[in-house]
Amino acid sequence: MIKRLLEKTEKFFEKGGKLEVFFPVYDMLVTMAFVSPERTKSGAHIRDYYDIKRLMISVIFAGLPAFFFGIYNTGYQYFVSQGINAGFIDIMIEGAWLVIPILVVAYGVGGFWEVIFAMIRKHEVNEGLLVTGFLIPLIVPPTIPLWQVAVATSFGVIVGKEVFGGTGMNVFNPALVARAFLFFAYPAAISGDSVWVATGSKVVDTFSGATPLAVASLKNTTPVVEALADRGYGFMDMFIGLIPGSIGETSTLLILLGAMFLIVNGVASWRIIVSVFTGGIVMALVLNAFAPTPESMLALPPHYHLVMGGFAFGAVFMATDPVSSSATMAGQYVYGFMIGLLAVLVRVLNPAYPEGMMLAILFMNAFAPLIDNIVVWNNIRRRKQRATE
Amino acid sequence: MADVKLKKGYHLKLEGAAAGIVEDAVFPDRVAVKPGDFISLKPRILVEPGDDVKVGTPLFCSKENNDLVFTSPASGKVLEIVRGERRAIFEVVIETDGKQRKRRFKYPDKKPAALKREDVIPLLLKTGLFPYLIQRPFGKIANPGDVPRDIFISAMNTSPLSADCNVILQGHEKLFKAGIAVLKKLTSGDVHISIDGTKEAPSKAVEGIKEVKVHRFTGPHPAGNVGVQIHHVAPIKGKDDIVWTISPLGVLDIGYLFLEHEIPVDRIMAVAGSAAINRKYFKTIRGAQLFSFIDEPYGDDIRFISGNVLTGKQVLQDGFISFYDNLVSIIHEPTKYEFLGWTTLGSKKLSLSRTFLSYYISLIRPEMNFEQKASINGGKRAFILSGIYEKVLPMDILPVFLLKSILAEDIEEMEGLGIYEVIEEDVALCEYVDPSKNEIQQLLRQGLDMIEREG
Repeated sequence: MIKRLLEKTEKFFEKGGKLEVFFPVYDMLVTMAFVSPERTKSGAHIRDYYDIKRLMISVIFAGLPAFFFGIYNTGYQYFVSQGINAGFIDIMIEGAWLVIPILVVAYGVGGFWEVIFAMIRKHEVNEGLLVTGFLIPLIVPPTIPLWQVAVATSFGVIVGKEVFGGTGMNVFNPALVARAFLFFAYPAAISGDSVWVATGSKVVDTFSGATPLAVASLKNTTPVVEALADRGYGFMDMFIGLIPGSIGETSTLLILLGAMFLIVNGVASWRIIVSVFTGGIVMALVLNAFAPTPESMLALPPHYHLVMGGFAFGAVFMATDPVSSSATMAGQYVYGFMIGLLAVLVRVLNPAYPEGMMLAILFMNAFAPLIDNIVVWNNIRRRKQRATE
Repeated sequence: MADVKLKKGYHLKLEGAAAGIVEDAVFPDRVAVKPGDFISLKPRILVEPGDDVKVGTPLFCSKENNDLVFTSPASGKVLEIVRGERRAIFEVVIETDGKQRKRRFKYPDKKPAALKREDVIPLLLKTGLFPYLIQRPFGKIANPGDVPRDIFISAMNTSPLSADCNVILQGHEKLFKAGIAVLKKLTSGDVHISIDGTKEAPSKAVEGIKEVKVHRFTGPHPAGNVGVQIHHVAPIKGKDDIVWTISPLGVLDIGYLFLEHEIPVDRIMAVAGSAAINRKYFKTIRGAQLFSFIDEPYGDDIRFISGNVLTGKQVLQDGFISFYDNLVSIIHEPTKYEFLGWTTLGSKKLSLSRTFLSYYISLIRPEMNFEQKASINGGKRAFILSGIYEKVLPMDILPVFLLKSILAEDIEEMEGLGIYEVIEEDVALCEYVDPSKNEIQQLLRQGLDMIEREG
């Protein structure tokens, strides 16, 4: 029955049909609803069931815990800022009320551009947007104006991806390009102490929306770890994540849960994840050694770095983007290590950019092709050497 | 002697392996020789419909070398010359008379070990057995004028549902050894034979063979591919570093020719695959019509493949076995739309990735096999680099970068990245696992063709 229905509708969208230009849209809807019995025509007669859709869906599954926690935390911070003790249901409703519109805008605007480009280029709609549209809400503060989400998503999709030729050709991670755009175009909306918590009309005096990174970079009078703890940012608090921050980035615990899922099913490169963390730890230890006083941010212990800001989220969901990361096995170690290293370096030594993770990943995205090239040159050199033996 | 253990690769756990029984098939009414079986061959036809042919009568030759002929495996009449697109010869079909009248050749009156290269090459050419010899690089029929650096034989088969090499060789050890002795005369270097390293005792066929190098290979497919073995034993160094390869089938036939002084035509075929009804081995002849040994009625939506499911060619049930094949794979074609198919847990969906339940099930039940239909399972996308191709290519080659250099038509880069070391069968698994569903085998051939054209 389904087959007959599809055959009937398909003729409108095929070449010469009335609605030919909309074929990508039609194709997207059909392939989302059904797996078609398309046969192999040449080459291998059987093919792995794994495809790009499965890959992208797996990433979203991995991100769901952080996403739902983000909704909860957004609602939680909303009530805390007003000194109200709310129940779980109220918190989730308020959180969803603040977060879901951002998700809808990111998917709506991103989807719009994706379809436009698919129609112009006459190819199928790429699945990459499923992930980009999902990640953008997780890396912005809950107070972000929706129109900025729309502009940033457009920028991320068009400049970050489509100008390079679409998914698979892009140099930078489109979601991070969107975030970087916000950071530089509308700094007031994405930095400072007041944007990280969606507050109500009245805010209790004792409440501060400063993020742990902001607190750590202040001129503290007590050792940095104590200064954090005084503000309620003990290690475990930050690990669990009921703290102000970008919507999906606060809970290291649930991000690691997602990471486990991605590593077990092999969708994300464990090499990258592990080396990002290693790079961060190494840099933090080096900075510790040079810390002038225990009050300085240089003295922040390594494990604190890993649970603060977007470090864990970046390591698991951003650095591992298969398109913009290093493609060679050897390259992935270098790529990941450098991200961790740079992220900690930037956030400690440049107080203007407390969130160094985003910049570190974008920077290494740019260098990933170079790293891969070195691996490729090595392969070519080995072969040449063998030939002259 | 090398003992190579390979980790990379993928053993496809497919349903429908052939049982190790060999049955005599009915002598086929029709046989055919197909120019398309031979890579980059430009054929010149030598017969006309109605012509009487014997076993060994040349049917067509290569336009580039008229000595390279392709002969009839049966006696009878030329029934038709089927042409495809742009009048390319698709197949030369012979109606057999069952008498197997043989064309006479002048056989050298020497033992295989006493033969000289000049005795061997002309006879292989005239009898139509020379095409068994394949050259690397490029994977096409060898040039009779070349003296290869080495000759490689893979006496093991790791491809999906492949015919068991031991079943093929069993009882023919003498022929195999004679074949090796003949091949020894053709190279200035060594004859290398690779055998399955998991078997404790080597096959009787290679036991006690002198003057060859025997290597043991262990690992999942493509460990049995001769290209992989060359890479690990004595890699190809460049365009002019020529080695020859030959399948055990070819070795047997060459042994037969020089021992029995007759053209060999027998071929043991495995019939396998999830849709195959009668899965076993059949003894028939080269180029036989499938019908003659696969005579069960099959419904629609069944795919017959001469060869394995990764590299074989689709044929019809009244079509013919390809020259190099000893396997017919029979699988289902997909017919049903699957609602929200990409969300399923996939307990029956075989995948190298660990994103389907099937992977975890087969951890618990390693003996379990899966059915795979001839479905593409996704849409074509750009290469999204995910390190997946390297996992199934046990060679020091960066497959994605090699393929990208072909797309960029950068010959120097292709050479640097090792295009001379691979042919289609070596990257077939990359094509199988590719989530972006690219035609990787075809792309590799485009690259090789490009190099040949540019000289």
